[in-house]
Amino acid sequence: MISLTVNNRAVTVAAEPETPLLWVLREHLGLTGTKYGCGVAACGACTVHLEGEAVRSCSIPASAAAGRAVTTIEGLPGGANHPLVRAWVAVEAPQCGYCQTGQIMQAATLLARTPRPTRDEIVAHMDGNLCRCATYNQIVEAIEQAAGSV
Amino acid sequence: MTDGMTLSRRGLLGTGLAFTFAFAGPGTAEAQSAPAGPATLNAYVRIAPDGTITIQAPVPEMGQASNTALPLIVAEELDADWSKVRIETAPVRPAYDSPVFRSQFVVASLSVRGYWMPLRVAGAQARRVLLDAVAARWGVPVDQLTTEPSVVVHAASGRRIGYGEVAAFATVPATLPEIAPAALKPVSAFRLVGRDVPRFDVPAKATGQAVFAIDVRLPGMLHATVARSPGLGARPLTHNGAALLARPGITHVLPLDQGVAIVGEKVEAVLAARRELAVTWSPGEGATHSSEPALASYLADARDTAKQGVAVVRNGEAAQAIAGAARVHTAEFTSDYVYHAQMEPLTCVAHVTADAVEVWAGTQWPSLVRDEAAKIAGIPADRVTVNMLTMGGGFGRRAAIDYAIEAVTIAKAVGRPVKVMATREDDIANAHVRPMTAHRIDVGLDAAGKITGWRHRLAADLVVPMLYGRARLDAQRGVDHIVTYHANVAHYDVPAALTEHVYREHGVRTAPWRGIGAGPNAFAVEAVIDDLARQANADPLAYRLALLKDARAKAVVEAAGAMAEWGRRREGTSLGIGFAKLGLPQLGEALSATVAEVAVDRANGQIRVLRLWCAADIGLPVQPRNAMRQIEASLLWGVSSALTERLTFRDGAVEQTNFSDYEVLRASDTPQVQVRLIRSGEMPLPAAELGLGTVAPAISNAVLAATGRRLSAMPFTRDRVRAALGA
Repeated sequence: MISLTVNNRAVTVAAEPETPLLWVLREHLGLTGTKYGCGVAACGACTVHLEGEAVRSCSIPASAAAGRAVTTIEGLPGGANHPLVRAWVAVEAPQCGYCQTGQIMQAATLLARTPRPTRDEIVAHMDGNLCRCATYNQIVEAIEQAAGSV
Repeated sequence: MTDGMTLSRRGLLGTGLAFTFAFAGPGTAEAQSAPAGPATLNAYVRIAPDGTITIQAPVPEMGQASNTALPLIVAEELDADWSKVRIETAPVRPAYDSPVFRSQFVVASLSVRGYWMPLRVAGAQARRVLLDAVAARWGVPVDQLTTEPSVVVHAASGRRIGYGEVAAFATVPATLPEIAPAALKPVSAFRLVGRDVPRFDVPAKATGQAVFAIDVRLPGMLHATVARSPGLGARPLTHNGAALLARPGITHVLPLDQGVAIVGEKVEAVLAARRELAVTWSPGEGATHSSEPALASYLADARDTAKQGVAVVRNGEAAQAIAGAARVHTAEFTSDYVYHAQMEPLTCVAHVTADAVEVWAGTQWPSLVRDEAAKIAGIPADRVTVNMLTMGGGFGRRAAIDYAIEAVTIAKAVGRPVKVMATREDDIANAHVRPMTAHRIDVGLDAAGKITGWRHRLAADLVVPMLYGRARLDAQRGVDHIVTYHANVAHYDVPAALTEHVYREHGVRTAPWRGIGAGPNAFAVEAVIDDLARQANADPLAYRLALLKDARAKAVVEAAGAMAEWGRRREGTSLGIGFAKLGLPQLGEALSATVAEVAVDRANGQIRVLRLWCAADIGLPVQPRNAMRQIEASLLWGVSSALTERLTFRDGAVEQTNFSDYEVLRASDTPQVQVRLIRSGEMPLPAAELGLGTVAPAISNAVLAATGRRLSAMPFTRDRVRAALGA
C-alpha cells in the first residue's frame, strides 16, 4: 500500500513500490489524462508534477512518490480556465492530442519559475517533450500567449 | 476517483437493436439529448425540438480535424446555425462508407475530398425534408420557402419557423428526397465552408478528457501485451510462459499466429512479465535481412536494366530516347526504412461474447476491424460494434489492423473484456515501415539541353500486398501505387517517360506512411530537376517554371519563391526548392512547392533547417487554418525524415528500441514555417500529406547550392553529410 497526495487529495493505493507512478495514476486512480508513450522518460507524454517539479511519471517508482504531492493535468489549478489550457485552445495547438497534456504540464513549470520566458527558453525547456504531429510552433505560440496573460 | 471517464449506453439512430458505449464528456451531444425525441432526417442529421442539430462524423479522428470539417459540410447545405450543432462520431456501418473506398477508411488525405458530395447531399436532403414539412403545414409551394441559419422563412407572408420546431412535427418520408447537383448551394453562397470554426476536439485534448483507446476502462477488463515475431512468417516455437503464469496477477500466456500474448489483471504485472518473456521463433521470410547489405543490393538492382521491373509509368519510348540522346544525366538516391512513431502505442480493447463483439479502437480502417472481428468470433458483421476512438496519431500505421485482430483473438480466448497495449519497444519492433528504396534516374537530353526521355528505376519493398493482399496487387497488374506514388514527372514537359519498380521482398512488415511514395520518390525526382538546372546554368526556380506544363503548378512554384524572396542573397545560409503533389488525376491533385533555408556545418555535418515557405493549392479549403496546420505538420515530417529518422534491420529484426534511438523531430529542430494557400476550383483536394515530398529535395538542393555537393542518401545524417562534403 502506498499513500500519496494526488491533486490535493490524500489517496492510498494497493500498488507495489516499484510500480511506475504512471500506472498508479492511470490504472489505480483512473486519471487517464497522463499518457504512456515510451516508458523510459524519452518522450514526455507522462509528465506530471511531483512537489511542483515536472517529472516523467513512467520512470518514477510509486515508492518515490509516497508521502509526496503529485499534480496531474486533471488537477491543474483552474482546469479549463488555466491560462495554459486557455492558450492551448485559443491557438488550437493539439492535432492528435496525445502528447499535449504532458506538454502543458511541462510548460506549467516553466511559467511558474519564469513568467516571461524568451522563445529560446521555451524551446530549451520543452525540448524533451516529443510531439509526433510536430505542433511545436503552436506549442511555443501557446506558451508565449499564456505567459502574456498570467 | 476510480473511473476516469463516464460510460453511458444509448440507442443508435433508427435501430432499437444495436447498442454501443459512448463516451460522454462535458458538452457532448449524449449529455444533452432532448427528451422529446429528436427527428432523424437521414443517416447524418437529427434535430431535437430544442433546435440542437446532431451531425455524424463518418470517419475516426486522428488529428486531421476531419471530424470538424466533415460535419461542417453537412451544416453548410443544411443551412444550420453552427452554434446549435453537436458532433457525434458515427457508428461503423455501410451508410457511412466513403464513396472512394466503399468502406469507412481514412487514408490518402481523402476524407474531405471523398465525402464532399455525399455530405453536401445529406445536408441538402435534410433541409429539403424540413422545407417539405413546412410547405405542407403552411399550405404554400415549397419553392416559396427559403432558409436562414436554422430557420425556415416564407418571405411572402413574413412567417418564420425554427428547425427545432419543424423537426417536432416533420415526418420523414420513406424515400428521402433526391437532390440534383443543381439544387446544391453555389459555392459563392457558402457561409461556413471556407471560414475557420473552432475544432470541436481541441478542448478535451487540452484538459486530458479526450478518450483514446488506451484510456478505455471496462468492468472486469484484463490487460494484455503481445511479443510479436520479428518478421512475417516467424511463429513462436517455445516460450517460458509456464513460469510467468506463476507470477501474481498473470492469468494467461497465449501463443498467437505471429506472437505470444501475456494477459493479467493489472497492466504493471503484465508489463513486468513481458520483460521476462523469452520466445524462440521459427525462421521467418526475412530472418537474414539486414538493411545495410540489402540497400547495396537494391541499388545494384536499380542500376541493372536487364532486371525487369513492373512498368508503373510508360509514356512514349523513354529507353530509345535515352539511347539516342546527345547527353545522358544519371543520378542515384536511396532512402532508409522509417517508422510511424505515433505517440499512442498500438492499443485496442475488445469484448467477445457468444453472439456479439464490441471493439474500442483507434483505427484508420474501422470497417475492416468489424469484418475481421466477425470472422474471428464466427458471427455476422452486424453483431460487431466498433467504437471509433480518437487516435494518438495514425499516419498510416493504423490502416493496418494487426493489433485489433490480436485484441479480438485474445478477448475470445479469455472470455472477458481485454485491453491489448503494445509497449513502445514492441511497437517499434513490430514497426510497419515505409519501404527502403534505391533509385536510378537516367535523363536523355538533346544537343540544346532539352529533355528527350526520363527513366526512373525504383527498387523497393512492397506495401500493397501487406495492406490489401496479393490479389489486389495482381489486379493492378503488379503496380504498387503506394510505393511508386510520385515516381513520375507528369507535371513536367518530358516527351517520354518510364518508371519501373523492381520488387524487393524480405518479410518486412510495411504500411502506408504519411505521404506514401512522395517522401522518397519526389526527393529523387526533384533533386534531378535541380541537377539539370545546374547543368543548364539556369536558376532552379526559373528552370522549373520553364519546364512545368500547367498553370497551377507554376503558380505554387512562383508563390513559394515570392514568399522566400528567392533572389535575395543570404549570409551563411542557402535556399533550395522542391515541388510535389498529392492525390490522383482522376480525383484531383493538390500541388505544393516549398523553399527551405538551410545552414550546413561543414565540420560536424549538421544540417539546420531554419525556415520553410510552402505554397499549396488544395482547391477549395474547407477549414483554411487547419489545412495550413496539417500542411505544416506534413512539411515537418519531411524535415524529420530527411534529417534523422532511420530504422534498420539486422538479421531480420528491428535494431531500434525506443525514442532514445529512433530520433524524431524536436522543438529545437523545428524551423519557422509559413504556408500560403492558393485557392483553385470549387472542390476541396487532399491536404494533410501535402508538401512532405517537397522537403527532402529542397534541403538537398539547398546544400547543393551552398556546397556543390549532392546529398543523395536519406536521411542526411551527420556521417553522410560529412562524407558527401568530403570533410
